[in-house]
Amino acid sequence: MFAVDAGQLMAARYQMALSLGFHIVLSCFGVAFPTLIYIVHRRGLRGDADALVLARRWSKVAAVLFAVGAVSGTVLSFEMGLLWPGLMSRFGDVIGLPFALEGIAFFVEAIFMGIYLYGWDRLPPKVHLRTLVPMMAAGVVGTFCIIAVNSWMNSPSGFRLVADGAGGTKVTGVQPLTAMFNNAVWLQFLHMFVAAYMVVGFVVAGVYASGLLKGRRDRLHRVGFTAAFAVATIAAVVQPLIGHVAGMRLAEHQPMKLAAMELATTTEHNAPLVIGGFIVDDKVVGAIKIPGLSSLLARGWFDREVPGLDQVPAADRPPANVVHNSFQIMVGIGTALVLFSLWFWWRRRRYERTGANRDPLTARRFLRIAVWAGPAAVLALESGWTTTEVGRQPWIVQDVLRVKDAVTPNGGIWISFSTILVVYAGLAFITHRVLRSMSRRWRDTGDADLPTPYGPPAERERSGAR
Amino acid sequence: MSLADLCAALMFLGVVAYAIFAGADFGSGMWDLLAGNAERGGAIRHQVDASIGPVWEANHVWLIYVLVFMWTAFPRAFAAMITTLFVPWLFVGLGIVLRGAGFAFRKFAETLGQARFYGAAFAASSVITPFFLGMIAGAIASGNVSLERGDLLTSWTGATSWVGGVLAVLTCSFLAASFLAADAERAGDHELAVYCGRRALISGVASGAVAMIAIIPIESDATTLANGLQGKAAPFVVLSALAGLLALYRLRQQRYARARVGAVIAVASVVVGWGVAQYPDILVDHASIADVAGARSTLIGLLIVFGLAAVTAVPSLVWLFVLVNRRDWAQEPPAASP
Repeated sequence: MFAVDAGQLMAARYQMALSLGFHIVLSCFGVAFPTLIYIVHRRGLRGDADALVLARRWSKVAAVLFAVGAVSGTVLSFEMGLLWPGLMSRFGDVIGLPFALEGIAFFVEAIFMGIYLYGWDRLPPKVHLRTLVPMMAAGVVGTFCIIAVNSWMNSPSGFRLVADGAGGTKVTGVQPLTAMFNNAVWLQFLHMFVAAYMVVGFVVAGVYASGLLKGRRDRLHRVGFTAAFAVATIAAVVQPLIGHVAGMRLAEHQPMKLAAMELATTTEHNAPLVIGGFIVDDKVVGAIKIPGLSSLLARGWFDREVPGLDQVPAADRPPANVVHNSFQIMVGIGTALVLFSLWFWWRRRRYERTGANRDPLTARRFLRIAVWAGPAAVLALESGWTTTEVGRQPWIVQDVLRVKDAVTPNGGIWISFSTILVVYAGLAFITHRVLRSMSRRWRDTGDADLPTPYGPPAERERSGAR
Repeated sequence: MSLADLCAALMFLGVVAYAIFAGADFGSGMWDLLAGNAERGGAIRHQVDASIGPVWEANHVWLIYVLVFMWTAFPRAFAAMITTLFVPWLFVGLGIVLRGAGFAFRKFAETLGQARFYGAAFAASSVITPFFLGMIAGAIASGNVSLERGDLLTSWTGATSWVGGVLAVLTCSFLAASFLAADAERAGDHELAVYCGRRALISGVASGAVAMIAIIPIESDATTLANGLQGKAAPFVVLSALAGLLALYRLRQQRYARARVGAVIAVASVVVGWGVAQYPDILVDHASIADVAGARSTLIGLLIVFGLAAVTAVPSLVWLFVLVNRRDWAQEPPAASP
């Protein structure tokens, strides 16, 4: 297609990685936060005043996060064309349908976000609560559709390639539904959907754990922590099962991704599980090996074959060190989070039943870990995406289209990448600052409404009289 | 009308909706920018917040709708368009990010200084974004975008592009001022309504004047468009002019709710006129709708998706608009209990 130098390609990949890595955290909130708000809001309507305060505050937090998510998501839709015209011009009509459906989901979510936010004290309480339901549904549909596109890139189907008579190929026989419901979609969707609930649950719980740690042991903090942590726990417990089943499919569809994840240089039966380590000069160094375990985990039994990187020429292999280590970070954090959350509920139960030990919500060591569980969940999310995306290299569509053939012929991607880097760093900083300031003002004034300073105080009083 | 034509029409419906609804949101940002210092501008900025706060994200989705429709139904045209118009799309993307984030941050700003900073980002990018979108429209309409990769700069800096950019900013501010006047009136602030109404009048006259003068550069720079506007699209041009005059008349009468209807029809019909004028081309002079249409099964799929949107998103959108236009939503709610 186009001749593109390697530096441009790198810049385009970095820009895409940055934009996706930034947006995915916010989209987790778009998907899972409405459910969390629904839980506390419903509780609030049943007479729990603290829960109602939480719902009111969380909806304002959601307003900020959703706005930043909406714009960073728009950037991604631009980048599909700006960075990867080779993908869009050839396969736009193959993968367009789930994008269009996702558009509806985004529409519904944006509409009901507006209604919910401005519905406080305006809509009848029950109707108001129910406006969260379409947002939750949109989260399910939206996740499915976006993952449908990504899983199609991993497991392409729903089209045929035929010779175009000019030495190349062209796409024909397009079946958009087959493409959308490709082999990989269901497990990958569940994996991401549950991940969103883990991220939001642990991050929100972490915020309240940090308050508890600072001695704010009021009921508000306890309810806020417990509701979020309960959601996070459910998600964390089912996640390893989904992830495991999804991983077992890789041997068939993306053997090189599996090989890179397992750091398998050669194809073997009874393949050992490689923990840590790097490939240096085609040799694995610095790793702990557990015999046979890789075959068991990835293929289901000890004597089964795990593919090695040597099955394909070096140019077709993904950068295994990145894939392997980000995969292990994800699995490590995921496992730790399961153990940690189960430990909490076990201790809490023991405390409530027998009074043995302390209430875990007053135990500083527990709270300190709980604060870090939030960022850890985000790190696991990012590592998971790094694994699947870098693991597909050098392909943008597995075995069909290479990344270098899809990238834009336009130069100067380093400029747009740097711009995005600066803008997103600023956005992250300001989002954090605004949310911190909101939380401080809620604490100081107890006021659920945060009046916006449109003018100097005197002016505000006068215009307030209107 | 072929299947591809139908898809193109539905895509263009999104362009019209975006031009009106998001246009009014962008224009509000312009009036926010011109509202003066915090002392004088407090009231109008408060009104801008109240008016576009509940709706701007939903209105923004129309752009996503158009992009997705284009890359799904007309993938090659999309890829060529965005590759050639790389630079203005980058500015649009940047503007959209700063506009949305600035607006959301200002709402929860703690001090006046912070509100001013976020507000400036919101307001300035509200002008930049429609300007570049207008330039993009002008580039396509004047036949500067082909299926080959075009020049990164000259493709979108022709006379028609400048007309598009200026006209986009002016019509957005016309729409916004009419919407804000109607909203302020409904909220019971007659003084503010008159302030906005006067601005609607000025920007309305300016839009009309620029549109008339624009005939001269378009005539030489965009022949196909000019022929279309004087031929098959002429009824829409006339309708736009009549509706615009009606809106100005209603504004003078201080009948803001009715003026708003005229403003919407005026802008909608000029946008529709552009679409009709360049039909059946999607990239003027270079690619027709039929040339670049995607797979038939996908086009049918898109129609089904549109049907789904018609029964889910559209009723929701109508409900949102009904709610925000209710008198009791225009005012502050009774004080929050907790």
